Parts: sequence; structure tokens; C-alpha cells
Amino acid sequence: MPLINSPQDLRRVREETLQKRLLQNQASRIQIIVSMDTPAIAAGARETMQAILEFIEEEKLNHILVKKTGNLGFDSWKPIVQVVINSQSPVTYRKVSPTVARRIMEEHVVGGKVVQEHAIHF
Amino acid sequence: MKITRSMVLVSSDPLSLQRGSLEIYRRFQEKLESYQLAEEVALSTITDVGNTEASPVVVIYPEAVIYGPVQPENVDRLVSEHLYKGHIVEEMLVPKRHLPSRMAWLQSRKGSLPAQQRILLARVGKIDPENIEDYILHDGYQALAKALSKMTPQQVIEEISKSGLQGRGGAGFPTGRKWSFVASAPGNKRYVICNADESEPGTFKDRVLLESDPHAILEAMIIAGYAIHAQEGYIYIRGEYELSQKRFLKAIEQAHEYGFLGKNILGSNFDFEVHLHSGAGAYVCGEETALIESIEGKRGEPRSRPPYPTTHGLWGQPTLVNNVETLANVPPILLHGAEWYRRFGTPSSPGTKVFTILGNVNATGVIEAPMGITLREVINIYAQGMKNGAAFKLAQTGGSSGSLIPASLQDTPLDFDSPRKAGVSLGSGALLICDDNTCVVDLVKVLLRFFRFESCGKCTPCRIGTQRCYETIRAITEGGGQLSDLDGLLRLAEQMERLSNCGLGQTAAVPIRDMLKHFRTEVEAHIRLGICPTGICRMVPEDETAELIENQMV
Repeated sequence: MPLINSPQDLRRVREETLQKRLLQNQASRIQIIVSMDTPAIAAGARETMQAILEFIEEEKLNHILVKKTGNLGFDSWKPIVQVVINSQSPVTYRKVSPTVARRIMEEHVVGGKVVQEHAIHF
Repeated sequence: MKITRSMVLVSSDPLSLQRGSLEIYRRFQEKLESYQLAEEVALSTITDVGNTEASPVVVIYPEAVIYGPVQPENVDRLVSEHLYKGHIVEEMLVPKRHLPSRMAWLQSRKGSLPAQQRILLARVGKIDPENIEDYILHDGYQALAKALSKMTPQQVIEEISKSGLQGRGGAGFPTGRKWSFVASAPGNKRYVICNADESEPGTFKDRVLLESDPHAILEAMIIAGYAIHAQEGYIYIRGEYELSQKRFLKAIEQAHEYGFLGKNILGSNFDFEVHLHSGAGAYVCGEETALIESIEGKRGEPRSRPPYPTTHGLWGQPTLVNNVETLANVPPILLHGAEWYRRFGTPSSPGTKVFTILGNVNATGVIEAPMGITLREVINIYAQGMKNGAAFKLAQTGGSSGSLIPASLQDTPLDFDSPRKAGVSLGSGALLICDDNTCVVDLVKVLLRFFRFESCGKCTPCRIGTQRCYETIRAITEGGGQLSDLDGLLRLAEQMERLSNCGLGQTAAVPIRDMLKHFRTEVEAHIRLGICPTGICRMVPEDETAELIENQMV
């Protein structure tokens, strides 16, 4: 039997998911969103993702949620990484190689200082 | 990083210069400096406004307003009111009757600037494409629920018709009309096909949609199925898009799990299934009848039309074939209504369009802009200007089957209607931007090599025509061209356009025609003087085989 059988079910599932997300957001103070589509992967987004996960592992950081998404800005900027701290407006970084990713993790995520030379200002 | 917020263009045609436009330009420089706007406002000249009583005129983007006749003493007011405070100075606008038609078009445009108006890419970059919960949280499947519970199939089609949505594959056929053709065609079974065989070089808008928001396309296919009484849908994704296929398959699986596909969807007694079909790398399979042949397991060759797929499509049944981007418009239209949708774009082409930018510009990638945006805005505001400050020479639209837009036409609004009036076509939405180091003959040679390679060989005009055109143009780049060749090329192009069976042969002629229309002097320089003005063509016979092997085209 499928999960949703009527428009009311859809509304209920949406509410439940929203609640779940709110809890999740409270649990994880920091969200890191990595753009993972074909151009980003070709530019090395997998390695960047790997570097971020390794850093979290090594430093034993808690409350960090690493998510992937699709296209996130111009292809010539890829790999692109977004950092959201305490649900504030996101900071978007361009051309994030594994080395830059470690720097962002050290300076922004841990140290709280935006790495200006890679940030995109919309 | 510097991003230009708006752009001021001062006309500098002979008449305007006579009436003192240089002084206006100088005043603008001063005033922008004194208001500290020089960083964010680009100042440039425009030579091609046409003769108007209102010259000298000043065009300000992104609002696309035209002021005129401007006197040097008005400049201060324009800068302080419009650029500094953001109010349009109504009483200084040029009355529409004083403008040549091309510029008048610009003024009738609605909606202005970047990212705020994302309709198709609204969720792209915000959701995890492999997670259906993310999609549901961002209004996902709400349009489907609305259609199934509150609307009849007829009402869905009416809503789409009212919105004025046009097919985004290149031809711009009204989508609502296509849907009603299929819905009213006699047949025991009907099919929905989503054309994701995006094989135009330089076009990747469909890939972005499929990779970043696959559920939106799936939802639209289900809605289309409901509207035309179909029980089955196919999506034809090109073979190279492995990630798109993977994510779409996952979307289908999740939709089954949640009950958006299968029997009795949302308790409405409507059943729908979607199958994925992978392409195998043929350009011609993007043509709808060749695509249908390919799904049926036959060789991908276009059918003779009529009958059209709307009555005799897949397995001889009425079939709806829509492009990915067209379908992506459907859920927002149903959710917010046709009226809302018509607020974007131009009166004749409502909505937004996803463009892919590539070439000699600072930022390449995919953008969503309202219909009716001009090429100048795309280059200067979205793409952040030409690379290394080079001059813009031409843009090629729509992958390889679009047309060449010379610099003199860069203020033509990009929608389905006005480029056609100016003799260019919008195509699939790819914009290849070339600077003045590009040789137009070389560019057309590359395009024709592509067409020659991709011609399926079913009809003679295309099979032989593309080969002959390529040989002639290649001879020109190798210093072996003759002036009589150009007339021959034009004749050949016209015949290909009239006699070819499908769009491939017809559009292969377009770059040749455009090249000879806009850049004839450059082509003649190759022939008369034996030199390439940009120094790209080597002007000596070359061994083609080595090049082909290098490009893996044999």
C-alpha cells in the first residue's frame, strides 16, 4: 500500500516532514551543502565532499549536516559549496578544491570567519 | 568580485553625435563618479537604435526604459532619480510612436531582473534531488493533487492554453493546443513522451532540470497524462546523461513508494506509469518522430509527416511529445494559475526561459531569465561581460540549429516572436557568445561538420546537402574558394530548407544563410584577398582525417 492515497494524506505527510526537518535543523547547527551535478562532479565535487567528510571525521565535529543538491550557480564557478550556520543566510563559495574545502572548514565552520576570497556575493 | 547592477547606453549614431551625445556620455561619466555608482553601473554606447526623432536617446537596463531626447543638463536628474533612487522618470520617456519597431518592442516588456523570478529553477540548488521529502516540502506534487481533486482534464488543458505556454524545444508551438489535439484524437491508448534527448551542442538546460529537480518533470508528466487521458508515459533521456537517468529512475521508484505513480493515484481512479528509455547518441533522435521510432526499437529516422504524432505517434496511437523545459512549466502554472504566469515575459511569449551561456564570457552556466530579455543584458549582467574585455562579435543561439546573431541585433528581445521578425531564431536556448577573435567561416565549418556527421541519411537534400556545404566552406577556409561558390551555397541552403524531411536538414541551412547575410564581407575577404581577417583559418589545404580521428568522429 503506498504512503499517500489522497490529497489529505499529502498534506499530512508534508506537515510531518516539516516537523522532522525542524527537529533535524535544531540538532544540527551547521549545514554544508555541496552542489553535485555533472559539471560539478567533473570539476571535482566528489573530492571536495570527501575532504569535508574527512575533516569532520578527524576533528570529531558534531551537529554538522552535509547535504548534496543539484545545480548551484554558474558552471565556471564549480565546485560550489554553501555553508549555513544557525539558519542564517547562506555563504556560497566557488572553486572549492579539497584544499580550499579544508580551509573553509577550519576558518569558517570552526573559526566563524568567512573565507572572503572564495565567497560569492550575490 | 564586481557585478554590474545596471547598464546605461548612450546612442552614438551620426544623428545623435550631431545632437551632442558625446557630451551626454561625458556627463554620465562625471555624475556616476560623483554618486559613487561607477562600480555598479556600466556605461556604454549604442550605435544601432535606428533613426528616431527622439535622438539622442539613453537606454537603461535592466528596466529597459528608453529616455529621449536627452539634453546634457538632464543627465543629473536621470542619475539621481533613476540610478540612485530607482524611480523611472516618466516624463522623459520616449513616446512609443517615435521609436523604430525594434526598440518599441523593448519598452513593452514586462518584468526586469535576475534571480528573483525563478519559476523553473525555483527548487534547483535548494533541494536534494534524490530525496522526495525535500521535493514535497517545497510545494512538490501540490499541482498534481490540485489537478486530480479539483480539476477535470478539460480544465487542465484550458488552464495551460490560457497561460500561453509555448514549447521550449525550439519551435515554440502553443502547448495547450498540442494537448487538446492529442486529447481529442481518436485512439484506444494515448502516450505522453518527455523529450530529454538534449543533443544540441551547448544546450544543457534539461540536464540541469533532470539532475537537480527530477520530481518536477515526473509530476508534470503525470499531470499531462491525466489531461490527455493517457495511462503510460515514456521519458527519452540521452545516453550520455548517466546521472540524469540515475536520478530520474530513483524519482520514479520513490514516486511509486509514495503513491504518485501506479494505480488509483491520490484516490482519483487515475492510473499512470512512466518508463525510462535511454538514447544511444544520435542527434536526429531529438526530432520527435525519430525519437518515437527509436522507442519502438527501430532505427532512429524521422517519419514522413503528416500524419503528426498527435494522431499517429508511438505504436500508431495519439502521442504527446513535450520537451523537458516545457513540462517543467506545467506544475507552477497549475499551482498559481495562468494569470500569474502571464505576468512574466512578453505578451506574445509569457513565462521565463532557461538559457545556457557559453563561449568567451566571464561566467558560463545556466540562467533563468524572463522572456524578452536582450542579448546585451545576458552578456553584461548575467555573464559578467566578455572575457578579457574583448568586443562582442556574434552569438549563436540554440545549439547548432539556431541562428547567428550579429552585434547589431543584440538589443532584439529574446522571445519566440521578435527574433523571428528580425530573421533569427531562439532555438533551444543555448547562447554561444563569440568575441572578435572568432572567424565566422571557421565557426560555420564546425557546425556543418557536425550536421554532416549527424545526418541520418534518409533524405537526399540533407544527406548530400550537408556534405556539399561542408566541402564548399572547407575550401574557403583552405584558400580554395571562389565567389561563385557563395551563390551556390545560398541556393543549396534554400533547397535544403525547403526539401529536407525533418528539422535537421532544414536548420543546417540557417547558419549558412545567416553568415552570408550578416558577415558577407568577412567571407569575401577569405576568397578575394586569400586571408582570414582573424587569423584563425590557415588558408592551406589540411589533412582532415587526422583531425577527425582526434575528435573521435570516425
